[in-house]
Amino acid sequence: MRRAKASTGTALPDRLGLSKHSFWHTLWQQRQLAFMSVPMLLYILLFSYAPLWGWLTAFMDYKPAKPMFDNAWVGLANFRWLFSRAEFMLAIRNTFMMSIITLVFNTVSAITLAVLLNEITARKFKRTVQTVTYLPHFLSWVIVVGLAQNMFATDGIVNAVLLRLGLIQSPLFFLGEGRYFWWLVGLIHIWKEAGWNSIIYLSAMSSIDPALYEAAEMDGAGRFKRIWHITLPGIKSTFVVLLVMNIGMLIGGQGDGNFDIPYLMGQNLLMDWSQTIDIFVLKYGISKGQYGRATAAGIFKSVVAIVLLFSANRIAKRLDEPTLL
Amino acid sequence: MNKKTLSRSRWRRSSHYWNAAFHTANVLFMLALMVVTLYPVVNTIAISFNDGTDALRGGIHVWPRAFSLESYRGVLSDEYVFSAFFISVSRTLIQTVLNLVLTSMLAYTLSRREFILRKFITTVFVLTMYVNAGLIPNYLLISRTLGLGKSYWVYIIPTMLSCFNMIVIRTYILNLPDALVESARIDGAGEFRIFWQIIAPLCLPVLATVALFVAVGAWNSWFDTHLYNAGKPKLHSLQYLLKMKLATTQASTNAAMSSTAALSAKPTSTPITIRAAITVISALPIMLVYPFLQKYFVVGLSIGSVKG
Repeated sequence: MRRAKASTGTALPDRLGLSKHSFWHTLWQQRQLAFMSVPMLLYILLFSYAPLWGWLTAFMDYKPAKPMFDNAWVGLANFRWLFSRAEFMLAIRNTFMMSIITLVFNTVSAITLAVLLNEITARKFKRTVQTVTYLPHFLSWVIVVGLAQNMFATDGIVNAVLLRLGLIQSPLFFLGEGRYFWWLVGLIHIWKEAGWNSIIYLSAMSSIDPALYEAAEMDGAGRFKRIWHITLPGIKSTFVVLLVMNIGMLIGGQGDGNFDIPYLMGQNLLMDWSQTIDIFVLKYGISKGQYGRATAAGIFKSVVAIVLLFSANRIAKRLDEPTLL
Repeated sequence: MNKKTLSRSRWRRSSHYWNAAFHTANVLFMLALMVVTLYPVVNTIAISFNDGTDALRGGIHVWPRAFSLESYRGVLSDEYVFSAFFISVSRTLIQTVLNLVLTSMLAYTLSRREFILRKFITTVFVLTMYVNAGLIPNYLLISRTLGLGKSYWVYIIPTMLSCFNMIVIRTYILNLPDALVESARIDGAGEFRIFWQIIAPLCLPVLATVALFVAVGAWNSWFDTHLYNAGKPKLHSLQYLLKMKLATTQASTNAAMSSTAALSAKPTSTPITIRAAITVISALPIMLVYPFLQKYFVVGLSIGSVKG
């Protein structure tokens, strides 16, 4: 029995005539644990579950000045409005394109960096590279976008280098042309997160049995064969878990770069390429006060996110890899 | 036989060259990577210490051309910079301490296998990672229902717990020997005392990691200011101040160019150098602290990822 110590004297449940094995009896014995956790339960119910009521506004012509149920029900009108708007369709496209580009860029850069770092034998040098490449992860998106605007400006270093190398004849207008926007978002992600994302792959590599490498070397496997047949299979399950997680988050949210970069860097001129679903929600919900329509867009996003997560998890299961759910 | 050893040694030698070439290329790549990573940061520092009008000519790379502290003087004379600094520092400290205490306390209770509410509470928390009401319902709750908008509280109250960190800490506690808790109970210690005096000190490595993540997140956040406190300049955070400068710099550069050209003898600051100075100020605390915490977050990240 590892139950919390019962208080001395006649316990409340005994006085109430509860059986020794009932739920309430145990709860009373564990009331100290309950005191330490139930307030947090109420807190999360308030901040994470109560807002789900707000989903009802997606089916209303909601005006925040009125009490909730005085607003007129409109059925699916808000959803119909959304899907009849080219602007929303573009927002869906932009969200997915930026997320997919970012996911591919992030994964490839992190694995490449981890593999290359893993081949470095000089410990001090390796540590220095790691310290430097982890740094940008800790800078805010506001700072990073500011830096990127300086670097990619028409008189910035990127254009200067490209001109010097003779790859372009005149400076490119990176920040002002829609066709560059998604790729810029991807590149900024690599700069900020490649080092950070490589940590997890490096730690997976460190748990690979060194005897495997020795045996491979004995059998005459070269460096690339060893990377291909030992290192990469060694990080496969990490890769799948992260992929599942990232596919679940493909549609993005505030706090990840796929909200912050487009929001901070996008201009009206670029809206057709930079506006994501979140920015659309923000614009119609907060700025224009069309809460019902904005919430409908938010619901669409949440549903897609859950569908993505479960399908990714399913695929991982079929591949016989560890899954999240 | 002889032929075989010969070819073998030749193979060895060629693989030796191949190895050396690979190592050289790898080291060069890493050096280039460090330059690409550091250049934007160093460049911004250089610009922030450069004279404003001079900086408009461009061509500053890693060292200021015309050294001047005018931009920092300009930033520090902004009436809202000090309050923004205070807001950023205080919210970071309060949020980190509160979040850490409450999250780890909850993690302790949910690590007790005999706790009868364990399964229910854990499920409720884990589900929040997948189901999110979305921006508008959260906004309506926080600003309309709870009335936290336009106040300092919005920085503290909605951020007191984090589910992901709770799971990370709980995993760590589950790996501690059970006997610790049991013997303390036999000695008559209450649950809170066990948590505070026995479990929490043993969790220091993971708590340091989580503290780092929470603190960095709090320091770097700008969106809550933007959403709830945009109309209250006294409650603006440093990151939000920088965000506003980002939006205005592009438009005002040309104006600055023409107005400052006449006064080139005097030290000047322009929106570009001021923006660089605020960037440096708002990044400085993190850049100073971060190298010393590296060993903690690497450990913590592996705990969270492998078993989370």
